[in-house]
Amino acid sequence: MAKSKTIKVDYLARVEGEGALYIRYDDAGVHDVKLKIFEPPRFFEGFMRGRDFREAPDITARICGICPIAYQMSAVHAMEDALGLTLPPELHALRRLIYCGEWIESHTLHIYMLHAPDFLGYPGAVAMAKDHPQIVQDGLSIKKAGNAIVGLLGGREVHPINVRVGGFYRVPSAGELQPLREQLLHGRDMAMETVRWAVSLPFPKFERALSEQYEFVALSHSNEYPMNRGSIVSTRGLAIPVRDYDSHFREEHVEYSSALHSTLIERGAYFVGPMARYNLNYDRLSPMVRQVAGEMGFPPFCANPFHSIVVRSLEVLFAFDEAVRLIDEYRKPDVAYISAETHAGTGYGATEAPRGLLYHRYSIDDAGKITEAKIVAPTSQNQKTIEDDLRLMLPKFMHLPEKQLQAQCEQAIRNYDPCISCSTHFLKMNLQRVERTSS
Amino acid sequence: MVQPARTLDEPNDKARLAVWKFTSCDGCQLSLLDCEDELLQLADCMEIAYFMEASSNPSPGPYDLSLVEGSVTTADEVRRIREIRAQSRVLVTIGACATAGGIQALRNFADVDDFIAAVYAQPEYIDTLKTSTPISTHVAVDFELHGCPINKKQLLEVISAFLHRRPPQVPPHSVCIECKMRGNVCVWVAHGTPCMGPVTHAGCGAICPAYSRGCYGCYGPKENPNTASLSHWWQRELGAEKVVLIENLRNFNAAAPDFEAESRRQEGGDGQK
Repeated sequence: MAKSKTIKVDYLARVEGEGALYIRYDDAGVHDVKLKIFEPPRFFEGFMRGRDFREAPDITARICGICPIAYQMSAVHAMEDALGLTLPPELHALRRLIYCGEWIESHTLHIYMLHAPDFLGYPGAVAMAKDHPQIVQDGLSIKKAGNAIVGLLGGREVHPINVRVGGFYRVPSAGELQPLREQLLHGRDMAMETVRWAVSLPFPKFERALSEQYEFVALSHSNEYPMNRGSIVSTRGLAIPVRDYDSHFREEHVEYSSALHSTLIERGAYFVGPMARYNLNYDRLSPMVRQVAGEMGFPPFCANPFHSIVVRSLEVLFAFDEAVRLIDEYRKPDVAYISAETHAGTGYGATEAPRGLLYHRYSIDDAGKITEAKIVAPTSQNQKTIEDDLRLMLPKFMHLPEKQLQAQCEQAIRNYDPCISCSTHFLKMNLQRVERTSS
Repeated sequence: MVQPARTLDEPNDKARLAVWKFTSCDGCQLSLLDCEDELLQLADCMEIAYFMEASSNPSPGPYDLSLVEGSVTTADEVRRIREIRAQSRVLVTIGACATAGGIQALRNFADVDDFIAAVYAQPEYIDTLKTSTPISTHVAVDFELHGCPINKKQLLEVISAFLHRRPPQVPPHSVCIECKMRGNVCVWVAHGTPCMGPVTHAGCGAICPAYSRGCYGCYGPKENPNTASLSHWWQRELGAEKVVLIENLRNFNAAAPDFEAESRRQEGGDGQK
């Protein structure tokens, strides 16, 4: 008879979507970790069959209210790949600008409203605002600047309407972008303060042993910090074009989760998101961001997932810097979009959603109807890594009182900014102490 | 479908707000967090008692105002919405999922088992209803705020109306009216672009025509829409293919009765459901 304990969190708070956590452990170790996603399935890949390819950006945006741009970008890139469309650099630059807006609003939401309360011991940002009004107000103001970009280029913040296969429905004049510039310069200053503040937070010590080190996976591009394009690379030497994704990554359906688990074939769990991007692309951050990281003593490679809040703040700073640069260099494209004759084909698209690599694959027929759709969201790719983190972390924190231990587990999950409503993802968690005979 | 809002019977210290999620993308509840200028002020006026996306400290009911996002797609959700109704003095549904079944209501026009088989290797692990239905199918709803996503200014208007015990000022007219108010050139008249504006509920601010594209109906049907006339004009006068018309009637508000009936009529079904 050994005493076995269970951590159950029925409904994980401050994540997007619905999910739960179940952990069974005793003094001998951790026996079971299940990150349960109980978000009801929404079947996007199923009902997109038969729909017109031009609808893909509008429909897939509805997978996620927090990162609709990411879905629109991966969808239009895949469709353009299927049709053999190549966009002029001016349209790419505008897409990068709107993506900067999404990184800013989504990361800032996570930093200030979802994750920071963990570090400072509050149930949420509203409660935190009572003691730290300026911090929360700053966060809201930075987020607003990101939303201003998405609102202007996309028409609205949630489910923007202006993104289409081949470009945009309407492109702004240089003059229309100018008022944004002031707001972004101010936002950039505040983002710098955010980095300073984030570095000063109290971080749980958690580094994996070398033998258990993460495999980080992100896009990489010869001269850009990755957002919209690039090849897929990893810290263990993976280097493939996006179209080879399916030969290297596999999805498994596990009973306790309505989200599919993604693994690297023959290697298993991997890690996508801001830390992966940062670790694989540090050299392509703007000099100003690298300088700020250096001044803060933050290293170019980061393997403690609790530090992800710092990496996110560095990416917010980068996104402001990049957005200002893109506005300064903006030249209105000659046409808002380019088009091509519709024909049958298969296309692949991967972009860097705030939470990490987002892969889309579509086949269309000669009439432009979608015959097959595959979408792999970042959170499903991180699920196994999150479970592994909890498995490895628990022995180090087992001495903590139960309530604190549960909070630690929830915080560890929030390191990944899981977006559970994406496609079919859902996560729920509750803590219960039970005694039972260990098996 | 606009109904007068019920209001608090007597002044409370602070009204208790709850935000609930059903099957959805979270975008409509996110609209509340996107109220960057008003959020903290709102938190001063109301107690945010239950909001899992924003706080890990849920407080038990009853609640004065429940905002409900998402559609009903599982047996558990059917049970849960009844409990929430019982604990809520005023229940407002927000967004196309909660008011019209959402994009996931496309299953209502097909066999959901085919969708399951298309997406999941182990269909037996999936527990879902064959339909995606609006909240009002299951419980009484005091007010419905339309849109995919909702407009955050309209959301603040609904909350403000609740606090001031008056009906929300959310006009039921069409996007066309908003388009004129915005000073847009009509994309239909000027460019021959098929537009859902004449039958679509206002609220977005007519952004699609302002960005040179036709409205695709994400706010669902306006009050008393003449969908048959729209179908006629799209096909006979603008040369739109029937399949395009059906796709526009059948996307984010596919289960809204006016859009559903017209899409079935166009498909050659009975049109009356």
